Amino acid sequence: MKRIVTLRVNGRSREDAIEDGALLLDYLRERLGLTGTKRGCDGGECGACTVLVDGAPRLACLTLVASCEGRSVETVESLAANGRLSRLQRAFHERLGTQCGYCTPGMIMAAEALLRENPHPGEAEIRAALAGNLCRCTGYVKIIEAVREAAA
Amino acid sequence: MNVAAGRRQPLLDGVEKVTGRARFTADLPAPEALAGAILRSPLAHGEIVRIDTSRARALPGVRAVLTGADCDVAYGILPIVHNEYPIARDRVRYCGEPVAAVAADDARTARAALERIEVEYRELPAYFHAAEARAADAVPLHDKKPGNLEREVSHSFGDVEQGFAGADLVREQSFHYAEVTHAQMEPDSALAEYDPARGRLTLQSVTQVPYYVHLTLAQCLKMDPAAIRVVKPYVGGGFGHRTETLNFEIIAALLARAVGGAVRIELSREETFIMHHGRPETDIRLRLGLKRSGEITAVEAECVQRGGAYAGYGVVTILYAGALIHALYRLPAVRYRGYRVYTNTPPCGPMRGHGSVDMRHAFESLLDSMAEELGLDPFALRRANLVSAPYRSANDLQVNSCGLAECLDWVEQASGWKERKGRLARGRGLGLACSHYVSGAAKPVHWTGEPHATVNLRLDFDGSITLLTGAADIGQGSSTLLAQVAAEVLGLPLERFRVIAADSALTPKDNGSYSSRVSFMVGNAALAAAQALKQRLLDAVAKRLEVQAADIECEGERYRVAGTDRSLSYAEAVRSALEDTGPITTQGTYIVPPELQGGKFRGAAVGPSPGFSYAAQVVEVAVDEQTGEIRVEKVWVAHDCGFAINPLAVEGQVHGAVWMGMAQALGEATEYRTGLPVRANFLDYRFPTIADSPPIEVKIVEARDPNGPFGAKEASEGALAGFLPALTSAVAEAIGMRATELPLTAERVHEWLRARRRAERVRKAAGGR
Repeated sequence: MKRIVTLRVNGRSREDAIEDGALLLDYLRERLGLTGTKRGCDGGECGACTVLVDGAPRLACLTLVASCEGRSVETVESLAANGRLSRLQRAFHERLGTQCGYCTPGMIMAAEALLRENPHPGEAEIRAALAGNLCRCTGYVKIIEAVREAAA
Repeated sequence: MNVAAGRRQPLLDGVEKVTGRARFTADLPAPEALAGAILRSPLAHGEIVRIDTSRARALPGVRAVLTGADCDVAYGILPIVHNEYPIARDRVRYCGEPVAAVAADDARTARAALERIEVEYRELPAYFHAAEARAADAVPLHDKKPGNLEREVSHSFGDVEQGFAGADLVREQSFHYAEVTHAQMEPDSALAEYDPARGRLTLQSVTQVPYYVHLTLAQCLKMDPAAIRVVKPYVGGGFGHRTETLNFEIIAALLARAVGGAVRIELSREETFIMHHGRPETDIRLRLGLKRSGEITAVEAECVQRGGAYAGYGVVTILYAGALIHALYRLPAVRYRGYRVYTNTPPCGPMRGHGSVDMRHAFESLLDSMAEELGLDPFALRRANLVSAPYRSANDLQVNSCGLAECLDWVEQASGWKERKGRLARGRGLGLACSHYVSGAAKPVHWTGEPHATVNLRLDFDGSITLLTGAADIGQGSSTLLAQVAAEVLGLPLERFRVIAADSALTPKDNGSYSSRVSFMVGNAALAAAQALKQRLLDAVAKRLEVQAADIECEGERYRVAGTDRSLSYAEAVRSALEDTGPITTQGTYIVPPELQGGKFRGAAVGPSPGFSYAAQVVEVAVDEQTGEIRVEKVWVAHDCGFAINPLAVEGQVHGAVWMGMAQALGEATEYRTGLPVRANFLDYRFPTIADSPPIEVKIVEARDPNGPFGAKEASEGALAGFLPALTSAVAEAIGMRATELPLTAERVHEWLRARRRAERVRKAAGGR
């Protein structure tokens, strides 16, 4: 069964016919071509697909598009305003919070949710907020540095 | 010096990564591509008696169905052992091995088609550990491999018997290590496009070595390599997983040719775990002889690796385990026996620290406990055995620079070792260990006689310089590093440079990103290409100003006749240089000098390197004596990378290496039940999250290597192996447990603590009687 779902993605209104079981991750990547959101696992294990739904972090691989009816979805592509990097993006770039870059969009979106809620988090709060986002390259050291710098 | 090299340089492709614009293989737009899917063996060992694909072919939307009959060429990374087929023929040897593949209009149809393929097997006895596979009555997995021995190594250097006879203390210990895997964040994926009109194939894949993929595709598809293009998009980590050509890459290409179009294969995380090629389950027996002074007199080691079902890099891994016992310390006599065994598990391969990691844990651990027996401080023991460059090890590894002494000094001081060791609170401990690694293999796997690395620099009318390299940036920052090297030589700002990497239609052949070869080898090639381009510019300026090239001084983007005010701007110099020739391309290459290529014995090709990195680290732990949980509080690590071309990236690489060592030490382990992988996901295959990961303080030590670019050596692998023994040594101080089996999970520690409490109760009760 398909239904018409109305939602906002990165500030733009959309109205699309959606399979009932369609996942937000597939919708973003395949329908909208927003491939910044990554698939890293077989469901809910790695955080690479973290996006914001009404400002809260959500795993797009476990979120039905249908559940986003009337909501606002933000992906990593929305952060750079007129192409200028956001503070988090700049800090991840300059502090080498990204190596291979695969976990980075999810990591940045999880950090974005944290900083909106808590603009000046301590290290323990950063660690708690990003604990669902796995990285295999950095040992997380420079990720913490990057978030701290963006929050400074 | 230091226009670009030595600067903390954010990655040239970092903006793409933080904005989501970086396109990884699965992100490449190809709406026309069919969906590829792979049917996998449910058995760990069996003969394929019958395979019927007719029902799958009949399904609407199915465009191609392939079986082992569609490719009769065996492949393998080592030219000496080709024993794997992209799709199994006649026999399956591990659970999850491909037995058929489908291309269909969409993924759902492809999966439905897989379910309609009928395969009948005759089950064979399967072996999941090396000992079972080596049993006298075991069925051989491969022809001419009795006892399922892929390779037996027997090396002896120096007088081992005399060494042990002259020792004041001789100890022997056995160790066991679980199999671990790379688990890079990006699942495996490939996009193949076949153009039937021209008979050409393009493959874009997650590879670390596009050149090997190119060779293997030509071989398996029986195509002229000139008709193949291999492109590496952004790659989400490798750690060795993607060094060998992987079966799904060949399958994607076979499917694309079968349909005459584009096919995309995206493996699931579970399938990516099954792809494996990681560090084997390993058993080590080690004997060391020490003088009272701490001087090592002799080493005897035996190593058994569960290699999995196919050869892959196996021979190299078992040789590395022996070869890299050497060259960290002065070792007068070493005997090594290695056994690489075929088993019915997914093939192992190279993983960060290739071959050296488990052996290094055994070695450092035994050293540490012997130091305790001799009443020697662990630092004093290491210092009693330091290599002093230049040094040639007993197995002919040539060390031309070694900063280990400085590494030791720094970690000792930074960790407060002298003041704190032995005085920590209950349940806390400090541990020290050292490690080292190669900066590329002196003899590449595919010996062609060609240079190890080639870089082209192209200068055109606009004054921009394009660096063309086959080196694969997989997140380690190789493209950035190579641009820094070229910019430094030319004295030009980095902004003038673009890097095009790893596209066989554009870039020169390169042996790829493995064994930490890029900084040293490709860095040297970039250096040579930049020197050639600089000479062209200087010659042009000299001609124009009617002076000798030697009289010209470079001042950033201005070329001046020394001691005068006559000069040309960069733009004028470029115009002059291009005047008669048009755009200029220069080439730089790197060849490992013969004296660094090692000895002549069988197996001598594995181990030699033009430069060795060194590292020392101190790990501090707190052990919860109720739960057995180990918390790593802090790591101090010093890494000698010769010269840090990009200190920011060096820190990141050292962080990552130390952390990966921690993940192996504390929790990582694959597990198979009747061959079926039961931890093929990120919940059961445990590694630390950001919440469990310690601060890691990095000191870059620069013992410049005479042969490295600006003195640089590797920075990505050398610090990994030291973490494991430093951790177990810290745990030994904290609770008295000397771990000889990894991972050291909370369960294992808890069990040991319970056993100790039980033993104490028994002792007390006995004493009370």
